[in-house]
Amino acid sequence: MLKGLLVLLLFQGIGEASSHYSGLPIPGPVIGMILLFIYLQLSSRELSTGLGDAAHFMIRWLSLMFVPACVGFFFLTKIPANQWLAVTGVIIISTLVTMIITALLMKYVMAKPKLSKPKAEQ
Amino acid sequence: MVEIITPVLLLMLTFFAFSLAFWLYGISQSRPIISSLLHPLVTAPILVSAVLLLINIDYSDYRKANQPLFFLLGTATVALAIPLHQQFHHIRNLTKPLLLTLFFGASFAVISALSIAWILGATPETLISVAPKSVTTPIALGIAEKINGEPGLTAGIVVFTGVIGAVFGPLLFRWIGISDDRIKGFVLGICAHGVGTARAFEVSGKCGAFSSLGLGLTGAITAMILPWIIIYAFK
Repeated sequence: MLKGLLVLLLFQGIGEASSHYSGLPIPGPVIGMILLFIYLQLSSRELSTGLGDAAHFMIRWLSLMFVPACVGFFFLTKIPANQWLAVTGVIIISTLVTMIITALLMKYVMAKPKLSKPKAEQ
Repeated sequence: MVEIITPVLLLMLTFFAFSLAFWLYGISQSRPIISSLLHPLVTAPILVSAVLLLINIDYSDYRKANQPLFFLLGTATVALAIPLHQQFHHIRNLTKPLLLTLFFGASFAVISALSIAWILGATPETLISVAPKSVTTPIALGIAEKINGEPGLTAGIVVFTGVIGAVFGPLLFRWIGISDDRIKGFVLGICAHGVGTARAFEVSGKCGAFSSLGLGLTGAITAMILPWIIIYAFK
């Protein structure tokens, strides 16, 4: 588990450095995630239980780590009073509509045998 | 004395509010609709905000004290590579439907947000801050900076989008008859980024892996395409 956490931190560091020096608009942790994924795919060894446990632990408490950022929403003072309706309306309507339409589209294209190989069923 | 222990107390406040929220979520599980609305990502921030307002503490102080959690959010993002790796055999066979859904979903999220904002009478400044709403916070902030949006506003909008998606997503899926965890996960990742992904892992490991994939891909393509759309639309 400790070794696993070390691996995660190592890739977070590599990601931060690559994001900073490459000038890509992608944040460090996302680059770290992509690099670790590529490493795991290329490596022939089985995934170590330590890394599996560490990842499982971090992901289990993902919601907790979002709490401080979510609190920020209640302290937004930058929105002019006449823009509140537009902002909240947009978020609610557009998010819900996008979810419904995207989910239905994906269900439709997945049912097309030409697009998804039969092996995908299961 | 009080100043010295304030950061520790503010960090404890997050853990305490989350534990309470998590317990409330647990006991409401038998009623799916109520329990969705009582997700810890809704109740915990409300509890924390109420306490902060009550004892008159600035958000910036709270944010500083909770810096460790912002850092660990990055570590957890890296950890998403593991379920992605473990579930990759499910993903490999679905390349075409996934890419089609991704491009449609990511562009529809931006276009619908901009057009609804315009109908509701948003100013150009608000429009620009609303555009990157479906992307994970750090990417959205980078985009907002590039297109001259307001970073604080964008961060708040992104988080609120994630919470709305994570809370109402599972209810919507049931309503329109989506039972496939691959679809639920991918759509949550596209529309509700990290917050949606946290919710997707509660459904199943497969759902979480598809959500991680949607989160990563949407972030990357929106970051590359959105600045160009904005430049053409406003200049």
